Amino acid sequence: MKTIRIGSGAGFGNDRINPSAVLLEKGNLDFLCLECLAERTIAIAQQLKNLNPNEGYNKYLVDRMQKILPLAYKNHVKVITNMGAANVGAAVRKVAELAKQEGITGIKIVGVEGDNVSDKLENYKDADVIEKDMKLKDIKGVIAANAYIGCQPIVEALNSGADIVITGRCSDPALFLGPLVYSFNWSMDDYDMIGKGTLVGHLMECSCQVSGGNFCIPGLKDVECLWNIGYPYADVSEDGTAYISKVEGTGGRVDVQTCTEQLMYEIHDPARYITPDCVADFSAVHFEEAGKDRVKVMGATGKKKTDTLKVSVGYKDGYMGTAGLSFGGPKCYERTVLAAETLERIIQRDYKLKEYKIDIIGYNSLFPRDYSIGFPNGAEPLELRLRVAAKSDNRETIELIANEVDTFTIGGPANCGGLERNVKELVSVLSILIPRDDIHISYVTEEV
Amino acid sequence: MKLYELAHSRTGDKGDISDISVIAYDIKNYDLLKEKVTAEAVKEFFKDVVHGDVIRYEMPCVGALNFVMHEALGGGVTRSLNLDAHGKCLCSYLGEMEIDR
Repeated sequence: MKTIRIGSGAGFGNDRINPSAVLLEKGNLDFLCLECLAERTIAIAQQLKNLNPNEGYNKYLVDRMQKILPLAYKNHVKVITNMGAANVGAAVRKVAELAKQEGITGIKIVGVEGDNVSDKLENYKDADVIEKDMKLKDIKGVIAANAYIGCQPIVEALNSGADIVITGRCSDPALFLGPLVYSFNWSMDDYDMIGKGTLVGHLMECSCQVSGGNFCIPGLKDVECLWNIGYPYADVSEDGTAYISKVEGTGGRVDVQTCTEQLMYEIHDPARYITPDCVADFSAVHFEEAGKDRVKVMGATGKKKTDTLKVSVGYKDGYMGTAGLSFGGPKCYERTVLAAETLERIIQRDYKLKEYKIDIIGYNSLFPRDYSIGFPNGAEPLELRLRVAAKSDNRETIELIANEVDTFTIGGPANCGGLERNVKELVSVLSILIPRDDIHISYVTEEV
Repeated sequence: MKLYELAHSRTGDKGDISDISVIAYDIKNYDLLKEKVTAEAVKEFFKDVVHGDVIRYEMPCVGALNFVMHEALGGGVTRSLNLDAHGKCLCSYLGEMEIDR
């Protein structure tokens, strides 16, 4: 039975670059997929494109592709990524330019466009926002609107002979499902196979989160050589059976436990994992260890896709700032609590702020805990850090709050230091559903 | 006994929803987890964090439970004031839950 091997080289925009090189050199891959687009990233990229028509693709596109292109070319590996972000056309041209610089010839780079629906929003002004009780027209300051498209355009691009496929917004599993459908000629109506392929995509889309990343608790669930963690690959057969593994000699861990954590990651209802290509059913998925760092994946299926696609709407949401200061040594808890209470009173007296949060890193910044409780058994911490986060439509207000924290170095409780502050324009994201048929895909092609 | 001794866990996020998996180390303990780690118990544990519903999904094939917690991330990852805007640390705290055998 025909089997192909797909590697996962990136699970988010800032992911490491070198593991892709390891996969390309030693992984014997057929495809390398890189997921690099977080929810709001595309809206931020759109702002860059508005300033410069040649910008708006992933900021590490050049760094990644310089490393990937020569190795992928040498080892005949096709590359699929959503690094096009808000400017697929510019990304395709950039990659073609890099290929030429590397002396690569005879490759085809295909970009997938059509996810951007910002010019059609008027049609959806009465659409319900998924996350909140409001309509699309109630969202002010919209920057970008992009639909999560499925794997079909990636399949088309590969069918046209693409060696590199670059998309904007598409579902994360689609990056992996595309090469599976292309290689095995699965019908897009065969929801059982599409469900199986979607599971492979889901397990792989966060790169090393399935191969020992975000997993190790020393002494409880150990991972070898986290510093050299191997990024995963999947061996998938025509019948949808898959094995997850990683390159021999790398660090990390692939077993039933790592796969189960990733199986359940962000899926909500396991029997109804909605993607553009199907409603996947992972409720009967199970795993079997098939050797060291090799796991057999079974039991996924799927049902008919929905008639709608999700659109992420990015909008300007004012300004957010954070500022922090540290206290150490004897009575640092009492001093930090006094600082928190002092800041609270100043904000209430002098600023009409609704959205702010003050906490103490080392005590209650990750999980709420009242100041009256204190540390267990009266233990004294070695150091603590005051943190304030505040949000406003007025940047100046946020800067002034940060100044209030700065002022503690001369006007707060004794002996604090290490001020760090960060004020930024906030881009938030809400979602709507639109009819699937409203999306029209087009392609950008460069041959080198 | 603490939950973290019986189960491992990972947190994910979508908008203002936090997803927490609770996976039995030994699948023999799945029924115990199912009995003790109810949606109500998790809602009570996170009462100062989660302002919406907690829904539990069961995955007996892998001996795991998935908790979907609504209004859990301070309005959503992109605009949360929380230091841990994604709520990635929440599952570690849940590990503190006492499980009477």
